[in-house]
Amino acid sequence: MSSELISSASQISKAEYQPRVSARQTIGRIWRWVFFGSTALAIVLLGMLLWSVIGPGWNWLSWGLITNPPSRFPEKAGMNPAIWGSIWIVLGSGVAAFIMGLGTAIYLEEYAEKGRFNDFIQTNISNLAGVPSIVYGLLGLVVFVDLMHMGRTLIAGVLTMALLILPVVVISSREAIRAVPPSLREASYGLGATKWQTVWNHVLPSAFPGILTGIILAMSRAIGETAPLLVVGGASQVLWRPDGPFSTFMVMPLQIYNWTGRPHEEFEHLAAAAIIVLMIILLLMNSVAIGLRQHFSRKARW
Amino acid sequence: MSSTATPLRPDNRPPLNLMGKRGRQRSEEVIRYALIACSLVTLLTTLGIIGILLFEAANFFADIPVWDFLTGRTWTPLFAGTQQEFGVLPIVVGTLMTSLVAACIALPIGLAAAIYLSEFANERARSVLKPVLEVLAGVPTIVYGFFALTFITPVILKPIFPDIGTFNGLSAGIAIGIMAMPTVASLSEDALRAVPRSLREAAYGLGATKFETTARVVVPAAVSGIVASFILAVSRAVGETMIVAVAAGQSPAGQSGASGSMFDLMHSMQTMTGFIAYTFSSDVARGTTAFYSLFGVALLLFIMTFAMNLASQWVTKRYREEYD
Repeated sequence: MSSELISSASQISKAEYQPRVSARQTIGRIWRWVFFGSTALAIVLLGMLLWSVIGPGWNWLSWGLITNPPSRFPEKAGMNPAIWGSIWIVLGSGVAAFIMGLGTAIYLEEYAEKGRFNDFIQTNISNLAGVPSIVYGLLGLVVFVDLMHMGRTLIAGVLTMALLILPVVVISSREAIRAVPPSLREASYGLGATKWQTVWNHVLPSAFPGILTGIILAMSRAIGETAPLLVVGGASQVLWRPDGPFSTFMVMPLQIYNWTGRPHEEFEHLAAAAIIVLMIILLLMNSVAIGLRQHFSRKARW
Repeated sequence: MSSTATPLRPDNRPPLNLMGKRGRQRSEEVIRYALIACSLVTLLTTLGIIGILLFEAANFFADIPVWDFLTGRTWTPLFAGTQQEFGVLPIVVGTLMTSLVAACIALPIGLAAAIYLSEFANERARSVLKPVLEVLAGVPTIVYGFFALTFITPVILKPIFPDIGTFNGLSAGIAIGIMAMPTVASLSEDALRAVPRSLREAAYGLGATKFETTARVVVPAAVSGIVASFILAVSRAVGETMIVAVAAGQSPAGQSGASGSMFDLMHSMQTMTGFIAYTFSSDVARGTTAFYSLFGVALLLFIMTFAMNLASQWVTKRYREEYD
């Protein structure tokens, strides 16, 4: 009985099922190369990108680029005011977004009851992360520059940028706080600590590396952002480094934009050199973030 | 350490008064409200964005009827007098065309990269390819703009299309595609990795090859995450500003004289974001209809990206496959 079944099943399979194993595996091998090729294309693209910048820019790298103010003459032009502007924008918006973002993350993770309000804030934050950066520029222009009478100043740029990177900081801080095991909190409560004492003395120190990594990544986004600052600060040349929150400002990517738009080829090369400087700074910031993460993750284990 | 029954502390001070927590409780409340205030900032930002866009766009739509704005085929807001027209279609088409080119590059390559990294790559390949993708994702968009203008157009496109313009929609679209590709790759890879191993093992057990398992089991199981990553990438392409500001040109397609079509990728093709950026680099006078038209365009842009972001979240929630 059972052997009949098996033999009839094998007859069916002989009639209708053709394994074609080698053909199928060849198809698989071809697709594997397609997938690999697409991924490896990223390396090719990165290579071309770097080459298109380093090629024209390398010979234009000089101390003058870092120490001089912009000029009509490409060989004398530098981006000193833009470098200072970028430093102030990145530090200012980083600190502001750190305070507000961490506060939001602590509230949402440790205080807020899970429910409608929490979900709503959560949806709101992920939507904010998807708003085009130039729209933040218009927000800054109307609210900070016009309504609050700040003018097209550094402080307006800092605040606009802080709002722009806030969602990134909140999302990464929440993840870091969520990764702290509940047992740590319970131990702290068990010893009579209040909510804030628990958060401040136990949760935050444990979550700190993750929070720090997030804030540095947010700052490296801030240093490359151009569009919102074009709207808030304008594209006109600034010859002096900012001397206070209410002075005009220029940042590196805007300076690059300014030079790229000019008809003379020398300025294009200057823009390439400026891009090299910007990319080196970005690379340094990212290595610091990775280094911190590794340094701290070796220390904290639970 | 032995436990002691006496509540006295070593220096003979009176025992800790654990009941007197008034001060602590008050500061707890203060901190709680400070934290609530922090989380209201994000809410205020959203309200602020929607508020100013609606309010300022209302100034614009008082001058130009909404219907004329949405259906007009000539966009010359910075022209003077009777030549000034506010038909937004050309720059909307510009945005859609550059985003389409970007999608044609970012979606297939990004998905293929995600599949390779999640299903095929060994640790060594991953340790090289992942950081490369992360670097590509971290490059400032102005650099991609520079790349499009000084490399993609003259070195890659010029030999293929000899009469392509210095500024053109195609190079900008390609650069946006390269910029958005890592987003697709990284989010789709997360979705593919979340598919449980048992599904793959079951497919192998039925005699499927590695590729068949990937194409017929793993990718369909992760489709919600993949589609969400696609929508997010397109939304980023629509909102991208500096690449088009640098490389796509400053007059809408079909209006630069060289060609008649607003779908022409070979010549200057202004997009919605490109228009906003261009207006600010040329310092338009405040309070004019041309200035308020910025907010009309920005409102439209916000609605488009907002709808896509909501769609992406909805797809993730609605079509997520839950395992174990």
